[in-house]
Amino acid sequence: MGVTTSVEDAAPGAAAAPEPKSWTLRLREAIDRHLPMDHLLPDRQPYYVGSWVYVFGVVTIAALAWVIASGVVLAFMGPQWWHDSSVGRFFNSLHFWSVQLFFICMVLHLWGQYFMAGWRHGRAATWMIGVTIFGISILTAFTGYLSQQNFASQFVAINAKDAMNGAGIGAFFNVLNFGQMYGLHVMLLPVGVTFLVVAHIVMVRTRGVVKPIDAEGGARS
Amino acid sequence: MKSMGATQEEYYRGVRMERYDLVKELVIALGAIGVLALIGAAIFSSPDVAPVTIATWSQSDPVDFVTTAANELAGSTTSAGYGAPYNSVGPGQAWGPIAPQSWFGVRIPIDSANAFVIQPLQRASFSNTALGSALGTWQSATPAQQTAWLDAYSKALSSATVSNGTVAVASGDYGPVPVMMSNLLGVAQAGGLDGLLTINGRFYQTDYTQPLLFMGDGTYLAGLAQQANLTGSQWGMMNETGEYPGQTWLWLYTMWYQVFPFNSPGGFIGLNASNADLGIIILMTLLTAALALVPFIPILRDIPRWIPIHRLIWRSYYAKGKATPAARAT
Repeated sequence: MGVTTSVEDAAPGAAAAPEPKSWTLRLREAIDRHLPMDHLLPDRQPYYVGSWVYVFGVVTIAALAWVIASGVVLAFMGPQWWHDSSVGRFFNSLHFWSVQLFFICMVLHLWGQYFMAGWRHGRAATWMIGVTIFGISILTAFTGYLSQQNFASQFVAINAKDAMNGAGIGAFFNVLNFGQMYGLHVMLLPVGVTFLVVAHIVMVRTRGVVKPIDAEGGARS
Repeated sequence: MKSMGATQEEYYRGVRMERYDLVKELVIALGAIGVLALIGAAIFSSPDVAPVTIATWSQSDPVDFVTTAANELAGSTTSAGYGAPYNSVGPGQAWGPIAPQSWFGVRIPIDSANAFVIQPLQRASFSNTALGSALGTWQSATPAQQTAWLDAYSKALSSATVSNGTVAVASGDYGPVPVMMSNLLGVAQAGGLDGLLTINGRFYQTDYTQPLLFMGDGTYLAGLAQQANLTGSQWGMMNETGEYPGQTWLWLYTMWYQVFPFNSPGGFIGLNASNADLGIIILMTLLTAALALVPFIPILRDIPRWIPIHRLIWRSYYAKGKATPAARAT
């Protein structure tokens, strides 16, 4: 049985008490207040948003979409498929090149935002989440290289174990354990990246793009 | 510190707004990236050099295989003296009081001699009386006797010959070691050791810790990696087999292994080649934190203002006569 809020009329003559706001209503009002649809999907932008540098963020999202789509197919068909079948090999290649494009676009986006000082005017958290996405993406790609099940995977694992063990991480994150690396690669890490990317986009759209750097404005947060 | 207005409307007040189609831009980006990825996949495919198995190792380089197995018995391999998380033989990496490798102890216990040699031989000795007898002799011998046999056998291996896949050494007092090694080599060449090192009493397996550690102790795999530019001194973590791009985004992490103090035996303030992994992980953690905290770090946050790349990015804004006075208000 759901939680309901009474909407019955008060007795005649009684003072009308203000109806308490439900959690649902509070959440809806907060979303409306902080992220109205015309901010989430604006059809107008400041005139200086005409630079190609703004495109890097969008193409990064596009590359991530291709990474996820090709990765879902690979995960569904299973690890042997991309070695034994030409179609599987093609989807593995699609995944591989999508990842390369994703990182190229993300690094360009990162450098672009750095030189635009994109963290100004209350956008520091957006920048920090972006850097976190970059870090988790590197970890996701690393587990992907370990999950390829080829010669490079073997030697990357043998090399990397020393770094992980030396830092104490290897006791819990065993790069020689294919099952653990594959599970992290196809589930936990992509979910983390996707969640943070959504948060990053919402934060960008909530605040809008930052204004250009002015001589008197500096590049501070 | 300047803050944004309470709303986007306040923040952009006075700024000329123009039509901009975000959804169309995203759809075009999806198409463009898709075309590039499809072209890459269709023309260049992807790296898939077959992995090395213990069977291929023992068939291709039986002397290296037998030498490695003998060294496992002697406890002189990398994995035998590794320390945490595999065993407590080695101290592990530390930088002063910072020793996370030993803090978490032995969480993936592996006794190299038993796991890679004795236990597989015990399983293989079923219905093999000669091997069973050799194992009995080995296990009833004193450690001093075992060491003497292994020392003599290891020296003889340096001039071993290979005939029909078997390893022959000059006559000597090696005890049961030659019988044990020839049987282990036979099992390995038949592909049995690949399975024996992953079974652990269970049917389904996804953990390749033992075979990878064992192969990593030999020189065969490392030799192939050297040819493929995958070793640590070749920036291997960011490379791939063939001409394919690897994890190029790890260039900074990989670079530290090539420079002082991490490539030096003596090092600096206790950081050197022997604890390079720990030192570099600490350094990269600090650098990543600094990147995340750029908005709050003087100089780093001011560089974009000093280097006028932003004037190229926002050319229309900085172009004289194109921006209204109101538009410049921040």
